[in-house]
Amino acid sequence: MAFWDYANPTRFLRLVQVVLPWLAGLCVGLFAVGLYMSFFVAPEDYQQGDTVRIMYIHVPAAWLCMMCYSVMTISSLGTLVWKHPLADVSAKAAAPIGAAFTFMALVTGSLWGKPMWGTYWEWDARLTSVLVLFIMYLGLMTLWRTMDDPIKAGKAAAVLTLVGALNLPIIKFSVDWWNTLHQPASVFRFDGPTIHPDILWPLLVMAFAFTTLFFVLHLMAMRNEVLRRRVRSLRLRAASAAQPGPAAAAQPAE
Amino acid sequence: MDLGPHASFILASYGLCVLTVLVLFAWVFLDKAAQDKALSELAAQGVKRAQPKKERS
Repeated sequence: MAFWDYANPTRFLRLVQVVLPWLAGLCVGLFAVGLYMSFFVAPEDYQQGDTVRIMYIHVPAAWLCMMCYSVMTISSLGTLVWKHPLADVSAKAAAPIGAAFTFMALVTGSLWGKPMWGTYWEWDARLTSVLVLFIMYLGLMTLWRTMDDPIKAGKAAAVLTLVGALNLPIIKFSVDWWNTLHQPASVFRFDGPTIHPDILWPLLVMAFAFTTLFFVLHLMAMRNEVLRRRVRSLRLRAASAAQPGPAAAAQPAE
Repeated sequence: MDLGPHASFILASYGLCVLTVLVLFAWVFLDKAAQDKALSELAAQGVKRAQPKKERS
């Protein structure tokens, strides 16, 4: 069976049923190992002390908020270019999860900033561009709610998502392009990570844990969205069947 | 375990992340329950999905 065959919502639901328990188990295991390493294996930072432990949730949340938007961007291309039946389901399901990860990144960053920088917030390029990302997520969630027809809403949201994708390189390179309190990239660099392996490994395990958490939540939310569209389709079918005449002929597609 | 002078910031960060993840799981589970309920109500009313037509040989 080709990957494309999972475009069928019924096949996708069957796939989710098989994959989800394994993915959830992997997620729990990675979090157990990651949290143990973060609190009991990783050393204190020589300058920040124990406050560096906030990094093990702040950095993965920040990575995930960008990855989630990247998934939405690819899904939006799927909606507009390939008209993939599950593309706008994927984009819609990812938005609240992305908003939650962005919220986590902003708040944990703020709680990390106060003891280290002396302030909860600074209107610099990195913090402001991530706040813009959070507002984009909220705007997209609102846009989907303003239209009854999920196909029309999906197309409008896809256009807005692609416009908002311009913010991703701004977030990534903001620490290089402008003066900022925020530290520059220290893991994904052309010359390799600049942080010690004792701190890097717990960070990477936590990043994998957050990534599997995203996929668990995304698959669950996509399944819900497929079911919601099925409910809508059946309700329209019932309503058109109750009205004899031309309306009955117009059966909605799932 | 001693988390130093900034323990409250560390614990608040982890606590808030746990709370956010719990809210996300509550959202997906409650939404799933609502969709399952709606589908079972429609099935009880006799509204079912169209079956694909079998091709004649």
